[in-house]
Amino acid sequence: MGYFAGLIFVLAALWLGLSGIYKPLLLILAGISILISVVLASRLETVDREGSPYGRTIPILSYWAWLLVEIFKANWPVIKACVSANLNINPAFVRVKTRCESDLAKTIFANSITLTPGTVTVEVEGDKLLIHALFEEAATPASFDEMDHRSYRAADGKRKEELAA
Amino acid sequence: MSELLDILLLIKPWVGGILCVIGALLALIGSIGVLRFPDFFTRLHAASITDTSAVTLGLLGMAILAPNWLVVFKLAAIWLFIFLTSPTGSHALANAAHTAGLQPVLGRDLKRPDNREEEA
Amino acid sequence: MTEIAAVAIIIAIGLTLIRALMGPTLYDRVLAVNSLGTKIVLFIGFLGFVLGRPDWLDIAVLYALINFVSTIAILKFFRYRSFQVPLHRRPVPKAPTVQGRDNV
Repeated sequence: MGYFAGLIFVLAALWLGLSGIYKPLLLILAGISILISVVLASRLETVDREGSPYGRTIPILSYWAWLLVEIFKANWPVIKACVSANLNINPAFVRVKTRCESDLAKTIFANSITLTPGTVTVEVEGDKLLIHALFEEAATPASFDEMDHRSYRAADGKRKEELAA
Repeated sequence: MSELLDILLLIKPWVGGILCVIGALLALIGSIGVLRFPDFFTRLHAASITDTSAVTLGLLGMAILAPNWLVVFKLAAIWLFIFLTSPTGSHALANAAHTAGLQPVLGRDLKRPDNREEEA
Repeated sequence: MTEIAAVAIIIAIGLTLIRALMGPTLYDRVLAVNSLGTKIVLFIGFLGFVLGRPDWLDIAVLYALINFVSTIAILKFFRYRSFQVPLHRRPVPKAPTVQGRDNV
């Protein structure tokens, strides 16, 4: 149910933000199209247990703020490698073990690694991630430790007790 | 106070324009990297520059230049969407290439593995 | 200033197009096309500001959406040779703790 409430809210915000014309006719059309979208989404049956983690909005947003800074810091070596005369790169595959348990936490962790330039998650198997890194010396398992810890705190946090209860 | 506002209004187009140019140059650097890097997996890293910093700076510059809040909302929607989908796309690409058995170039001497021709 | 940005983006699009045309493997081409889509989104935005019509950002929003869907669709097609395979994980009836491998 929370999933559909969030869907309706996002769709309505999207319509109001993109259209910019607030006449009654257009608002009625907006209602109809939102209704059709919700019916189609309910027919798709994509809702799962972790589909609507509203309770973790604030930790996830603060994690995003930290992640943005990290992304900009990680951009610099890749830019230098792109424009330097001799390609000063050392690509390698690294295996990293994560402490995240729920699918949401694993998704956040793997997506953060992919979003950071210089590292790409190639495969997720259980709690091990196969990562392709552009600089082998910068991609030790210890360097992913902070990101792992933060994404665990953002998405898993108290979730274990919630699920157990 | 009003003088400060005047100065801010005066430098606003310059700040926005310079951010746009920096974003476009980052996209240019990213595509140079896509051209220069030796194999698929390393090109993926170069492409992710465009997806993250170039998009952020370019859209931020456009948001500073924007005439009204509707445009800012659209820019924010584009930014959010690209930030949500680009890691998914990169991961899908990397995973598909890995599953298909594409061998990466590894090590500092960039030794080329013998790839079978994967052309479809 | 946005004119300079638009020109730089055009050059970037040209370079990416070269990679898309000569990329040795299928994945290089898909990567180049995906990156091309992101650059075209930026280009449409810049062009809208150069010509004084920021309303074009609607087209940019659409382009970003179609870009993602097309990348996933191409990859799915070349993996399964069909669009008929369901992508999402079916719920496992007995043991919900099994972490099945995600497809794509």
